[in-house]
Amino acid sequence: MDTNKKQQLKITATKARMGIIEGTYNAKSGHPGGSLSITDVLTYLYFEKMNIDPNEPDKKDRDRFVLSKGHAAPALYSVLALRGFFSTDEIKKLRKPNEMLQGHPSISIPGVDMSTGSLGQGISTACGMALAAKLDGAKYRVYAALGDGEIEEGQVWEAAMFAAHKKLDNLTIVVDFNNLQIDGTLDEVNSPCPIDEKFAAFGWDVTVIDDGNDFDQIEKAFDHTSTVTGKPSVIIAKTAKGKGVSFMENQVGWHGKAPDAAQYADAMNELNAKLAELEG
Amino acid sequence: MSEVKKVATRQGYADGLVELGKTNPNLVVLDADLAAATQTAQFKKEFPDRFFNCGIAEQNMIGVAAGLAAAGKTVFASSFAMFAAGRAFEQVRNTLGYTNLPVNIGATHAGISVGEDGATHQCNEDIAVMRTIPGMTIINPADAVEAKAATIAAAKIDGPVYLRFGRLAVPVIFDENYKFEVGKGVTLVEGTDVTIIATGLMVERALAAAELLKAEGISANVINMATIKPLDNELVLAAAKKTGAIVTAEEHSVIGGLGSAVAELLAEKCPTPLRRVGVEDVFGMSGPATELLDLFGLNAANICAKAKEAIAMK
Repeated sequence: MDTNKKQQLKITATKARMGIIEGTYNAKSGHPGGSLSITDVLTYLYFEKMNIDPNEPDKKDRDRFVLSKGHAAPALYSVLALRGFFSTDEIKKLRKPNEMLQGHPSISIPGVDMSTGSLGQGISTACGMALAAKLDGAKYRVYAALGDGEIEEGQVWEAAMFAAHKKLDNLTIVVDFNNLQIDGTLDEVNSPCPIDEKFAAFGWDVTVIDDGNDFDQIEKAFDHTSTVTGKPSVIIAKTAKGKGVSFMENQVGWHGKAPDAAQYADAMNELNAKLAELEG
Repeated sequence: MSEVKKVATRQGYADGLVELGKTNPNLVVLDADLAAATQTAQFKKEFPDRFFNCGIAEQNMIGVAAGLAAAGKTVFASSFAMFAAGRAFEQVRNTLGYTNLPVNIGATHAGISVGEDGATHQCNEDIAVMRTIPGMTIINPADAVEAKAATIAAAKIDGPVYLRFGRLAVPVIFDENYKFEVGKGVTLVEGTDVTIIATGLMVERALAAAELLKAEGISANVINMATIKPLDNELVLAAAKKTGAIVTAEEHSVIGGLGSAVAELLAEKCPTPLRRVGVEDVFGMSGPATELLDLFGLNAANICAKAKEAIAMK
């Protein structure tokens, strides 16, 4: 990837991470861990890959994105706000009564293509959108992000079967493989591994990336999936839960807990320092 | 006695889909390996490019329907009531209800009249669970004519719709001039002593009950309540005031269905003696549909008995 472009994406992702911390801190709840792990993928999609227009969020030929792991809403909202779909002021009102930003994504929010949060359901809706594009002869692509714990839901595999059988090659999903779910590591709970072999067996094109927080690897993987024909594609992205906030990284306890005031200050200091470093 | 024409409401559903398919190129129909039973196979035959079999995976089917609708398609998703409303309840709630997407669920084989397949397939709870979803429209047609009309009307509703159809061939009550209006009950017989509010295949039985009551000097008012949500409150309250006694009749549990909807309304707005005819909080069993309907009290005789009880409470 072009160095300048990469630098800009890193800056945006760092700002998005600050939004995640800001939002969950003010809400006194939310899911920072899985939001931080998927931030780079979302930043890449919304700032580099997808054909979207913040001024016309519902335009017919736009690419679609479904956050099947809906608990990572703070990451999606931060990226959408930075991209201009709504004001960044909204982030501080996350999870408050009568405000726009719900705890999990709602289709009523500008830029959000599907309400999600109940795991395993978003991927099916993405399949429906991809099928609609095929029926209409439309060129748009559909993307979805799933958690690695999420794929323990049986519906994911119903959708996996469907997408392959219907040859939805305009569908790319990302599995955020951070190896942690609420009750522990995948292995401690009910491991869906090997994830790559399962999707391959279901007839998908499979790409595994070692670092799903690295823009070079992310871009390479998405560039590849755009060329796949006759089958849907999955990018299994190994990420770090809590990425970018050192005391949250790879810690199971940060799945669904907001930072307190001291932790908020520490996290923001770290991200501000990172931002200053990137902006040189 | 002249031969009564009998057609299953699921056939009316198929007729409605085929008619819609001719005028709406945007229409897509989904099924979950039951196309021969739900009758969506008839749409598939006419419009194979716009029919998708999702296989035995109802949860995914509802999600696919949501995605299609979000991308601008008019969608009907079909399965048996047990699986559409039961197995996929949460998908219906979250991806169709919460989103308010215009997806029509064509749920066939509802109620005890599924017959020999027995309790696992006899869904007597679907109206109850669907009623709890904000914004859900629920329509339970009385015959094949109304089923076809309701299917066509549902395609125009801006939000999710639950269409409830039966397996059993039931008498055709309405003629081709019948006009269906969503959310409006229709008074089929005017009467003054008691009102029977019926839905689905119980409408024809309510009409038979009214004849039996008439022979005993009791004047029954009969309402066909095809749309259970939103309920035609105005008509129910007017009937309560007019006759002072109400009986509901449905091929569904007495918990949560039409009877509950009417009871909730009357209790708050116009307390009126009420009796509910329905499945009495028990599971079904295998047997011929018509025998089961009698065994579970879903017949004219039981409606008459309940009507007399309601009248006695006045």
